[in-house]
Parts: sequence; C-alpha cells; structure tokens
Amino acid sequence: MLKFTAEHEWLKLEDGVATVGITAHAAEQLGDLVFVELPEVGSQLSKDGNAATVESVKAASDVYCPLDGEVTEVNQAIVDDPSIVNSDPQGKGWFFKLKLKNTADADALLDEAAYQDLIA
Amino acid sequence: MDDQTVLKTTPLHALHLSLGARMVPFAGYDMPVQYPAGVLKEHLHTRTAAGLFDVSHMGQVVIRAKSGTYEDAALALEALVPVDILGLKPGRQRYGFFTDDNGGILDDLMITNRGDHLFVVVNASCKDQDVAHMKAHLTGCDIELLEDRALLALQGPRAQEVLAALWPDVVDMKFMDVRDALLHDAPCIVSRSGYSGEDGFEISVPADQAEQIARALLEDLHCQPIGLGARDSLRLEAGLCLYGNDIDTTTSPVEAALEWAIQKARRAGGERAGGFPGAARILDELANGTSRRRVGLKPEGKAPVRSHAKLYADAEGRTELGEVTSGTFGPSAEGPVAMGYVPARFAEPGCQVFAEVRGKYLALTVSALPFITPTYKR
Repeated sequence: MLKFTAEHEWLKLEDGVATVGITAHAAEQLGDLVFVELPEVGSQLSKDGNAATVESVKAASDVYCPLDGEVTEVNQAIVDDPSIVNSDPQGKGWFFKLKLKNTADADALLDEAAYQDLIA
Repeated sequence: MDDQTVLKTTPLHALHLSLGARMVPFAGYDMPVQYPAGVLKEHLHTRTAAGLFDVSHMGQVVIRAKSGTYEDAALALEALVPVDILGLKPGRQRYGFFTDDNGGILDDLMITNRGDHLFVVVNASCKDQDVAHMKAHLTGCDIELLEDRALLALQGPRAQEVLAALWPDVVDMKFMDVRDALLHDAPCIVSRSGYSGEDGFEISVPADQAEQIARALLEDLHCQPIGLGARDSLRLEAGLCLYGNDIDTTTSPVEAALEWAIQKARRAGGERAGGFPGAARILDELANGTSRRRVGLKPEGKAPVRSHAKLYADAEGRTELGEVTSGTFGPSAEGPVAMGYVPARFAEPGCQVFAEVRGKYLALTVSALPFITPTYKR
C-alpha cells in the first residue's frame, strides 16, 4: 500500500514496516541534492519530528517523520550519492525503513489521488 | 519586504519567464533564481562553457564633474572611497567600496574611468542609498542613475567566443578593460570583468534592446542562462564577498581582507593618503592589523555549513570565535565551502575551527581563498 503526506513524503507499507522517501514533486522542487543526512538505525522517531536533512546547493530542508516508529534500516546509497534521490525519488532514492508503532495510523495518511490533488 | 510591495522587473523579465525560470524576490526585483537546468548544472556550465546572467537590478551610475573633467570627478569620489581613482587610466576598471565614518563598508562597487566621467556599478539593495550618499557629498558632480539600461553578465571560458560572434573586437580586451561596443547596432559598454571567478564580461545595454541582445548571445549553444542561485555559489567559490552577508557596516575593509583594493596612493605616506570616511581606523588597521579577519573555511565533512552558523575553537561549543557569513556546497570544489570571520590567531590557513550545525560541531579548516583557480585574462 502506498501512502503520502502533505509534507511530500511517500510511504510503502509492508507488514507493519514503512519504507519512506520524498515524492518526485518534492525532489523536483528541491533541485539537485548535494547532501543527505539520515537517522540512525534503532532511533525512535515521532510523527512530525525531524527524521532527515537534505541539502541542495541553495538550501537545507528537513524531512519529517510521517508516523511514530523505530528506524530499522537506512539507505546509505543516497548518502554516498545524493543525486539518486533526484533520479529515482520513489524507487532507489528511498530514505529509511520505519517499524510502525501502530500500523493503523497509516490509514489516516493521504492516498495517491489525494496527494496528486494537493500538488495540482 | 511585506507582501504589499510590488516587485520591480528588469528588461529581461519576459525572457526569463519564456525560458522557464523559477522567479524569486531579490532586492525588490522579481529575479530568476534558476532555470530548468537547475543550480548545480548552471554552476558547472558557467565554469566549463559560458553563462548569461541578468544583473540589471544592479545600479549603473554616471558621475560627471560640473567642470567636465575626469580629474574632478575622480577626486570627488575619492572622498567617499579609499581607492586610487585619479590614477585609474581611461578604459580601465577597479573594485572599491564606500566606507562610513566608523570605517565600516556601506556598499562595494566597480569603478570605471570613461575618459571624461566615471561609470560605477553598485549593488541593487544599496543603489538608492548610494545615489543619495553621492548626491549629498559630491556637490561638484552630477550623479545620474541610469534607468534605461540593462546589465548582462557573460561569464566562463567560452564567454569571449560567444561575445565575439556579435563583436569581434572583444579579443583585444584584457581583465578590467572597459570599451564601447555596438552589439546589433545598440551602443553598449563592455567590461572584461564579473563576479564568478571566470573570464567574462559585463555588458551595459539599452533596456529596449536588452532582450534582443540576450537572445542573440543565447543562440550560441555554449551559452546558457544562469540564475542567482548559481551566481551565489560561483562567487563564493571565487572568494568574492556578497554585500549584506560577508561585508556590511559592521565590517571594515581590513577585517574583510579587502586591503588589496586600497592602493598605495591612499595609504599612509601615499600622495593622497586618507581623506575618506573612517580613514583613521582603516589606516591604523592597514599598519597594525585587526583582531578578526574574513577567511575561507573548508568543512572537513560533506555537510554544507551555511551563513550564521556559529564558529567555535573547540568541538564542544565552549569558546565562540565568530560566524560563517556565506556557505554552500561548491559544485566545482566538489564539496562544501564557506567564508566567515575568525580572530586573527585563527586566520592562518590550516587552522581548525568548529561550526555548530543542527546541534553538532563540525570541523572546518581555514583555507586560502579562492577555492577555485580564477581564469581572468590578465
């Protein structure tokens, strides 16, 4: 199941674990990324808390945690080469995996149609 | 600026929109921050080929002595600027700054000897204040802010070749030369200078022919439009100051490491020593140094360290040293680059300092400026 947030993150949900990244729209707005900082594996994140930082030549931006949970894996490839986020934001450019505290919390997030309406 | 303020536009505004620029407010103008290529590619394109920038928001000012002589205009401006303007030859340009009575910097500018008058280019955000300042103090001169001119910057290793298609004589110009030229029959003023660290030109053109000339330059596929985003990363890699960030009324020219712009004639023992606002402090600092200096800073990691990050002597944030005044990722430096002010004892290349970024203390090495090798045609 694919979900979205108004802060331009996407979540792919499988067995209570969400793979989280930023949307193609967000990547396009940010421009070419030159630096990515990811949370540490094992850290407990709260919904709307700061999860990651991305920087373009122009500015730094925060990536917020979409739901409460524990970080189980991070994508080191985008730290080594931030351009992957621009070239494949909703695929190889994922940020981290989050074991959700309450799987049902995801139901309140936007579905793809609602997100597309938001950015239209 | 409040939302009610109507942004001004430059004569190239319609061109920016047609090229797909992302527009932002800058110094009261609606300006292109980037085009579809994006800041990173625009930056690298300028360093490898040629970039065209709209800098029409900057102030172009003619200073003409009522007596009609260059000498009187030069001597008048020397009362506001600690630069040897009398000694500037016709068709030559120099960098300088207006100082205040405390020795701070009111604005920086480019000054050209145009034979019988001076032509200066000042920052957009300061131009009204600069014109008022000159009108108040240069009572023997007529000061005219040119409202009917646009200003293009053409920068990069292929800039000469791009401009030569419109004006073959450009090949005879050297760094900081200024000439009259006809581009598409429009009377233009071409200077071989810029603010990117690359060889290149600034071209003052009649407003009503600006778009035609810009489009003609862009016909050469080596020449791409470049926004303010890349202009900032280019000038920072080149170690050049941005007024309002790296220099302002709280920084003196010697603190800002700009003493190279103060020629011998205006220093102690020179033919026209002093005689500019803040001379007592500035001459003292030239002789005895300052307690703090602007330096280049190279973050040791990959994270950009941006303006207003606090600098410390230690990795625990105990002894504060100063602040980063400009910082970004340098696409040509292939890593983060920054500038800031540190106490004199930390100002030697190789010194280590720490910057606070998102609660962490990141190590930076004080580095010689610029971060790239300029390609000016001397």
